[in-house]
Amino acid sequence: MSAAGTLAAILVLALNAYVLLGGADFGGGVWDLLARGPRAARQRALVARAIGPVWEANHVWLILAIVLLFTCFPAAFARISITLHVPLALMLVGIVVRGSAFTFRSSGAGDAAFERRWGRAFAGASLLTPPLLGITLAAIASGRVGEKGAGRGTFLEGYVLTWLTPFGVAVGVLTLACFAYLAAVYLVLETDDQVLREDFRHRAIRSGIAVLAAAVLVLGLAGTGAPRLVDGLVRSPWALPYVAATGLTAAAAFGALWRRRYGLARVAAAAKVSLLVWGWALAQYPYLVPPDLTVAGTAAPPVTLRLVLIGLGAGSIVVIPSLYYLFRVFKMAGVREQSPE
Amino acid sequence: MPDLLAARAQMGISLAFHIVFAVIGIAMPLLMVVAEVRWLKSGDTVYLELARRWAKGTAVLFAVGAVSGTVLSFELGLLWPRFMELAGPIIGIPFSLEGFAFFVEAIFLGVYLYGWTRIPARAHVAAGVLVAVSGAVSGVFVVIVNAWMNAPTGFTLEAGRIATVDPLAAMANDAAFTQTLHMTLAAYAATGLAVAGIHGWALRRDPMNAFHLKALKVALLIGAPAAILQPLSGDLAARQVARAQPAKFAAMEAVFETRRGAPLTLGGWPDVGARETRLAVEIPRALSLLTFGDADALVTGLDRVPREEWPNVAAVHLSFQVMVALGGYMALVSAWALTVLARRRELAGRPRLLLALAVATPMGFVATEAGWMVTELGRQPWVIQGVLRTADAVTPMPGLVVPFAGFTLLYVFLGVVVLVILRRLMRHTPVVLDEGR
Repeated sequence: MSAAGTLAAILVLALNAYVLLGGADFGGGVWDLLARGPRAARQRALVARAIGPVWEANHVWLILAIVLLFTCFPAAFARISITLHVPLALMLVGIVVRGSAFTFRSSGAGDAAFERRWGRAFAGASLLTPPLLGITLAAIASGRVGEKGAGRGTFLEGYVLTWLTPFGVAVGVLTLACFAYLAAVYLVLETDDQVLREDFRHRAIRSGIAVLAAAVLVLGLAGTGAPRLVDGLVRSPWALPYVAATGLTAAAAFGALWRRRYGLARVAAAAKVSLLVWGWALAQYPYLVPPDLTVAGTAAPPVTLRLVLIGLGAGSIVVIPSLYYLFRVFKMAGVREQSPE
Repeated sequence: MPDLLAARAQMGISLAFHIVFAVIGIAMPLLMVVAEVRWLKSGDTVYLELARRWAKGTAVLFAVGAVSGTVLSFELGLLWPRFMELAGPIIGIPFSLEGFAFFVEAIFLGVYLYGWTRIPARAHVAAGVLVAVSGAVSGVFVVIVNAWMNAPTGFTLEAGRIATVDPLAAMANDAAFTQTLHMTLAAYAATGLAVAGIHGWALRRDPMNAFHLKALKVALLIGAPAAILQPLSGDLAARQVARAQPAKFAAMEAVFETRRGAPLTLGGWPDVGARETRLAVEIPRALSLLTFGDADALVTGLDRVPREEWPNVAAVHLSFQVMVALGGYMALVSAWALTVLARRRELAGRPRLLLALAVATPMGFVATEAGWMVTELGRQPWVIQGVLRTADAVTPMPGLVVPFAGFTLLYVFLGVVVLVILRRLMRHTPVVLDEGR
């Protein structure tokens, strides 16, 4: 594989990690918003405890992806930044409000009104941000941001209608459903309280169904919304194994949740969502921004790519053990129930 | 509001907002670690209390810094796509490395803030050290990128496109050392003296409280040496600017006319039309001497720069004067405080010193903002000095006043909330009587 191809794969890997980790943190916010009934406060506390120590580290995957994009594929970054300014700016507002509100709430020191207000801001931003990420990615996949008219003409034509499409909205909903689903599946294992476990087990199953429904909707709209993506998927030799693997992981996740085998459910759910990310990436390969910007065509000079690869290697040696340590300290059984500082 | 101005204003607001949190995020972990180490060595729980309280404030400030930094990394493209298209392959490497440094910082900040009771004390201190080190390192990487914009090197262009590129040479640009040194010291000086000022003020009203006294000492330990060294690093930086960016230097020092034996212009208001600085104090030949070590050295003035390539002289000169004046005050107060400490005299019984420290509380941040105004406004009309004009880098999207207004409102609101939260955290300080008296 060429250096550019390798870096494009690492870019998708970073995005995949962001979806699985950062995405679940946004999903946690959704469950904060939907916390109901006599255990609402305990559900919210569980979400906060699960997210608290890790959300900032999980967030860095997005920064890594964006940095790789502008260093290695600068023309693609410029095109995306110009044509998708509006959804990206809105997503940033969501990211700022979500992160700030979450820490503001935990610094409330017992002021209930203050905590409630910022809790609502945290939950609201968690609900609104993921669809914008999905819409952005859908717009890239649709090929519309590369077409004539995108990034010029009137504001509405050049900067809004390129991404505000039924297909885009459907992918936005799918993204939100995936994040909520991942969060629910993970949260089951974040507590030893059987009642809370059942709460989130039910939520995981229900949001899993929502993911399926949204995926069907996306597939239905993809024919007109992103014809190239469908072509890429259908014509590729791995189309059948891909669909089979996605179906298998989805079924495994449902089965595991049903039989309360939560460790397996985690793996299967993460695999299923990862398959969605990689299906999108592989279907539009070799295009980074279809229909014209390819991985090879937008790649930075070879010396830059080589240095980035060396940097990634060196950085991984530091970051991977650090991440392992972080998750070992806060996510392994036995230490979960201690209250955070 | 024209789109270019709106884009510049949004970038300026975003940087000005982020830099405060970035500076605190670099220096506060060091203060926390020093306090925690003192607790471990002495068993004095006042230091533990300090580390924990500082950690609470840092958690809020770091989070706002992290998300506002994310906004900036996107805004580079949202506002300046043509700049990033050109600069990405040349100077993206330090950004990638910064990504990893930030990763380490975020990971171990999580460990530090939530791990007090989960991991052994030594591991906890080590996590704090990693946060402090990686915070400083990520700041250095980001400033290297800015230094390259001021002293671009490591590439050749053909018809506006990159022909050859040497990213390592780009990183080792002429401004990298002086700018990173100046900014890193600024982070420790601004944060250290701000914390010293807050506890100094509290100590004036409550002179027997060992909590504030110990906090003051830790803060001075980090802030004062940095503040004393800062004028020296500023001198290095100014010489580099004189070499690489004569137009910026001329605007900083309000030099309209190229001449030998140039005077140092203190204060005043540069009148660009008349090409003179009104109400300024001039020290004869001092600028030539300070900059080139020779009182008769030739200083390039704005007359050698085409008029349309002048930066906003009044804004740059004024910002520079503000930075130098505040930095000078901070260095003097720091020297005073360190002298008192070195003679083993009590800080608590010196209300005038405490007042002088309290006055310095916001100064480091104001000076940092002013310094960035000098760097950024002084480079205009270029985004990459001599290579790409800011006007040619801006996004073609119309209506940029809307995101500018939106992000400004958001940041003003968040800034107010952060201040309210910090006040709330500071309100209930423990009363710990000084046992030595």
